[in-house]
Amino acid sequence: MGYYKVYIPIIVVIVGLLWIRAYGELNLPDYTSRIVDTGISQFGLESLVPNQLARESFHAIRERIPVGEQAGFTSAFRFYVPTNTYRYIGGEFGEEVAAEIYARITAILHGIQFTFEDLRHEMILLGYDMEQQQMRYIVGVGGLMLLMLLLIMASVILETFLSSRMAAGIARRLRRDIFRKVVSFSNSEFDKFSTASLITRSTNDVQQVQMITGMFMRFVVFTPMLGIGAVARVVTAGSEMTWTITIALLATLLFVAVIFILVTPKFKIIQKLIDRLNLVTRETLSGLMVVRAFNRDEYEEEKFDKANANLRNLNIFVNRVFAFMNPIMMLALNITTLVIIWIGGHMVDAGTLQVGVMFAFLQYTIMIIMSFMMMTMIITQLPRALVSINRIAEILKADTSIKDPKNPKTFDDLKKGLVEYKNVSFKYPGAEEYVLRDLTFTVLPGQTTAFIGSTGAGKSSVVNLLPRLYDVTDGQVMVEGVDVRDVTTKALRRKIGYVPQKALLFSGTIGSNIKFASADGYEIKDNDMKWAADIAQAGDFIAEKANQYDDEIAQAGANVSGGQKQRISIARAIAKRPNIFVFDDSFSALDYKTDAALRAATGKNIGGSTLLIVAQRIGTIKNADQIIVLDNGRMVGIGKHEELLKTCEVYRQIALSQLSEEELGLGGAANE
Amino acid sequence: MSKPTNANNNGRPIGAPAQHGARPTSAMQQRRGPGGGFGGGGGPLGLGAPRQKPKDFKKTMKKLIKLMSPYRWLFLLCVIFAVGSTVFGIAAPVIMEGATGEIIRGFMEVQIGGFSIDFSIVLRVILILGAVYIVSALFMFLQSLIMADMTQKISYSLRKDMSAKISRLPLNYFDTKTHGEVLSRIVNDVDTVANSLNQSLTQIVTSVVTVVGILAVMFWISWQMTLVALVTVPMSAILVMIVIRFSQKHFRRQQEYVGHVNGQVEEIYGGHVVVKAFCAEDKSVGDFDNYNNTLYQSAWKAQFLSGIIWPAMSLIGNIGYVGVSVLGGVLVSRGSLRIENILTFIQYIRRFNMPIMQLGQISNMLQSTVAAAERVFEFLEQDELAPEADESSLIRDISVIRGSVSFSNVDFGYVPDTPIIKNFTTDVDAGKTIAIVGPTGGGKTTIVKLLMRFYELNGGSIEIDGINITNFTRADLRSMLAMVLQDTWLFNGTIMDNLRYGKLNATDVEVYAAADAARVDHFVRALPGGYDMELNEEATNISQGQKQLITIARAILKDPKILILDEATSSVDTRTEVLIQEAMVNLMRGRTSFIIAHRLSTIRGADAILVVRDGEIVEQGSHEALLAAGGYYKELYESQFV
Repeated sequence: MGYYKVYIPIIVVIVGLLWIRAYGELNLPDYTSRIVDTGISQFGLESLVPNQLARESFHAIRERIPVGEQAGFTSAFRFYVPTNTYRYIGGEFGEEVAAEIYARITAILHGIQFTFEDLRHEMILLGYDMEQQQMRYIVGVGGLMLLMLLLIMASVILETFLSSRMAAGIARRLRRDIFRKVVSFSNSEFDKFSTASLITRSTNDVQQVQMITGMFMRFVVFTPMLGIGAVARVVTAGSEMTWTITIALLATLLFVAVIFILVTPKFKIIQKLIDRLNLVTRETLSGLMVVRAFNRDEYEEEKFDKANANLRNLNIFVNRVFAFMNPIMMLALNITTLVIIWIGGHMVDAGTLQVGVMFAFLQYTIMIIMSFMMMTMIITQLPRALVSINRIAEILKADTSIKDPKNPKTFDDLKKGLVEYKNVSFKYPGAEEYVLRDLTFTVLPGQTTAFIGSTGAGKSSVVNLLPRLYDVTDGQVMVEGVDVRDVTTKALRRKIGYVPQKALLFSGTIGSNIKFASADGYEIKDNDMKWAADIAQAGDFIAEKANQYDDEIAQAGANVSGGQKQRISIARAIAKRPNIFVFDDSFSALDYKTDAALRAATGKNIGGSTLLIVAQRIGTIKNADQIIVLDNGRMVGIGKHEELLKTCEVYRQIALSQLSEEELGLGGAANE
Repeated sequence: MSKPTNANNNGRPIGAPAQHGARPTSAMQQRRGPGGGFGGGGGPLGLGAPRQKPKDFKKTMKKLIKLMSPYRWLFLLCVIFAVGSTVFGIAAPVIMEGATGEIIRGFMEVQIGGFSIDFSIVLRVILILGAVYIVSALFMFLQSLIMADMTQKISYSLRKDMSAKISRLPLNYFDTKTHGEVLSRIVNDVDTVANSLNQSLTQIVTSVVTVVGILAVMFWISWQMTLVALVTVPMSAILVMIVIRFSQKHFRRQQEYVGHVNGQVEEIYGGHVVVKAFCAEDKSVGDFDNYNNTLYQSAWKAQFLSGIIWPAMSLIGNIGYVGVSVLGGVLVSRGSLRIENILTFIQYIRRFNMPIMQLGQISNMLQSTVAAAERVFEFLEQDELAPEADESSLIRDISVIRGSVSFSNVDFGYVPDTPIIKNFTTDVDAGKTIAIVGPTGGGKTTIVKLLMRFYELNGGSIEIDGINITNFTRADLRSMLAMVLQDTWLFNGTIMDNLRYGKLNATDVEVYAAADAARVDHFVRALPGGYDMELNEEATNISQGQKQLITIARAILKDPKILILDEATSSVDTRTEVLIQEAMVNLMRGRTSFIIAHRLSTIRGADAILVVRDGEIVEQGSHEALLAAGGYYKELYESQFV
């Protein structure tokens, strides 16, 4: 994903740091082997070639050398009178020649079985404190090891610092971009993805990505680096050792692959089974009263038990596989070390390998196999993270279907509050059936138009087109003389006070919810807030709250009742002082009395605004200036209550299902 | 908020990788804090994340031990295997010394031109070691196998108990807990308990054995080198403590802000229609950015700090390693130690750090295990439903019940001190229809819940045919009653399954008859798959009205004496509404019916109307009588014609 692009320099640095760390860690066994081989076996003497030899020793050695090579040996030493010793002068011939001479002398000394023991003996004769020499060497290597450790530590700290920031930074960018994107989505995209899924994608999935990013660097990049480095060292060092380690490696790989093929699909099933367990439990909990009313406790328990047992069985299977996997890997590792000791022993015996190097090999082998085991653990996480990444990418790639025009037009001030629908047809994106067909009507400024019809008739869809929550499929929706698609959504929505079917509040205070519309430059004052609350019949209950308008609202308004929520939601729209109101079935949650009081108050106070009301109750809309009856997406009646009772069959049916004929008559009379 | 808690938010399959690498790869083994939610854990190691603390560690621990007691022999076996495999693991380097010693001796002698290596000795050691490794692996395998099976069985039976417990808990319990909370106990907490049992139990055993064993062997090899190695232990302990102190703060903050960010996401996504309509996009993005930035700050710090603990510890461990190498070198050169001793010693040092660190974590791990277990036990130990009446006072023959109901002086409140129902008294003759009307929150639904005996009364009594409802078993009482709620609860299964819920042993013919009476039959036959059509999770693949009809059919199939209807059909279209009404009339025929009425036609047709307000019957009588009385009912009735 492009998200990592910005981090490429940092990634390069991190990889560099990891490389330093790998280098350091690979060197540690080397140092141990130097302590063992040089420090202990060779008494701290790095080279068999002596720096100086006592005169007697020089001649004794020269005598043991085959005649043909004596000249070469002699030419490398020069007699030094003051100390009565021969000194090695190989270094005076320039680097290349010196190395040649050095190798030659070493071979000669080996040939005559001149050992480090002899050299040590010689040095003691010359008066060197060999014990101190050996100590100095060992402590010196120890010091180097410490330096190396500090280097490793420094690179680890720096690397952790960078990768933590990177992982958290990527997560932050992802969260930010996803949030912005989703906020820009229109209802169509929400319908497509579903709100719940959008939420998981923005939270869970991002968390997954953050986790895997952090781990990726450390394990997926570093471990192979360490493993490859170790392999490289083994390969360059000993040819016979290589195939042992290669076989061990291949065997481990194969084994891991088999386990993976076996287990990975099960993980998916386990997830499904957990979902099932969740579903069954959630169902039982949400239907507890029904379950009890029907005495179906046992039935539910059986259902749960089935899901529970399935989960247990699969878990046992997976756990068994893992119980098998670890000992096998450990065994592979251990057997490999035995093989190395066997082969290494023979190489040591043949003089082609030093003991310390052999032990370094052992450690490398352990590193290699361990790094593989680490990787297997991360790999189990990868498929899941990939799923998350894809899910996130889907959001980021999606584009909102409702866009602002390039050259927005302006509203016609003379037509303030005018709404016109012209031959509007609408189907939900991706749907085959039209929800609305060929609707044409005009809502005059300051008038109330009500929409009624059975569920699925398209009432909500009609009003959702007005604030451009969806776009029409055909035809035009005009507000104040302009097609809603020709102005910016902001400008359009500023004019509309929308009250949704389901009252949605946000965490904060009652006041902050009512003032929700105030933003850049448009401030709702306390007076307006109170005025709006009073009209929405919310003033009384707010006054009873402990902190009145500063009373806390929990997330999604969980701490206020349905009716109160709805009234705050209405107040929120009123406080905006819009030219046009849309009430999408906003009164159903209110009891009859509040409904009536609210309608009286709105009639009095916001009478100048245009009202579009979707309603269920005939009582709510009887007095509307215009009632539009919808059936199956078509307009089957338009007019006032009394006219429609006479002329519109659908309207009459609806009315009769709620009120008796007598009441309908009575209602009309009582209203005079 | 009863948002379904997704199990395994941390994205780890139950049980599985948690016991990965019992010994070799403990870096991965560190469990992330059970804080759950989206933010659980920090860096890959999750070290230093705050853990939840149990309220009463001892008590819960005892219960936990009791819970495992049926498995004690298996557990003992497990411990034996664990100890065995650990001991073999510790013994291996010492045994190996036989071979390495021989190789080194040979090497040294080759150096001074002596004899070569005796490979028969080496081979013998290798064969012995091979056997030891195999046995050790076998033990390890058996141990994890038994442990895995055992913990899975424990979690299975815990969940089974919890599921059964749901049936025995009074509804009050669920009023005070969200579904998410209960769900999280059943799914996540049990998971935590099982996983940590699986891990920490064996880990305690193996860590202790390893530490003790390795210490013993190390002292045996060289006390000087052991002391050098031990110096590093307090160093790492102090270091870890310091880092944890620093990281705790950030972890807590991270957790808090993950909550804020997720809250903001849920809220804004959930209310996006309003956000759009009120042009509040910029505002919500601004809030979100603030949370997100703070989260970023604490997230990287927490991750960084927890990320360096492990490398820091291994640095200190390595310093000990260097010290041992140097000291060992010196000792060998002085002849008081042999080379193979150093090599063996080094292997032990490498293994020494891990179990020490694990031991340090055990307290934390136990704490979080016990905290999760505590939540599980707390659920299992909740007060259950009041026991059924004594056998002697129980009325078991319910076939003669006609269905008259009387409430006398019923007092009830969900929470003591806040009465919902006050001195409620009324008599209903068998076969009559009673409409209950009144404002929301007035106690209408509570009354019918009391009749179903979902809650126990605080005072007064409810009688059916003059028999106190507590003298029936709950099952008998509820078999006389059927309830159709406005919240149409159906489950994920076929329509047939859902219908048959009313009477599990109903024949197909009976089901079809009930479906027909409830006007379900005709639309079901038109659906793909008919009666075998699978309803999805939220039953969103049929309409609200159809769902309502199915719940009515379910009630008809049950054939109850007394019927409870919550008549809210606001979200149903008019045609379906007519069908529902017809179905309800069918259902009510010949039964005593309580209807929480919204529709005037129902109210008018009722034999009696109870006007309930603030838990009391304020008016009672027929429609006409109540209108004539000119009280609250009249007011309520007329408010719709304003």
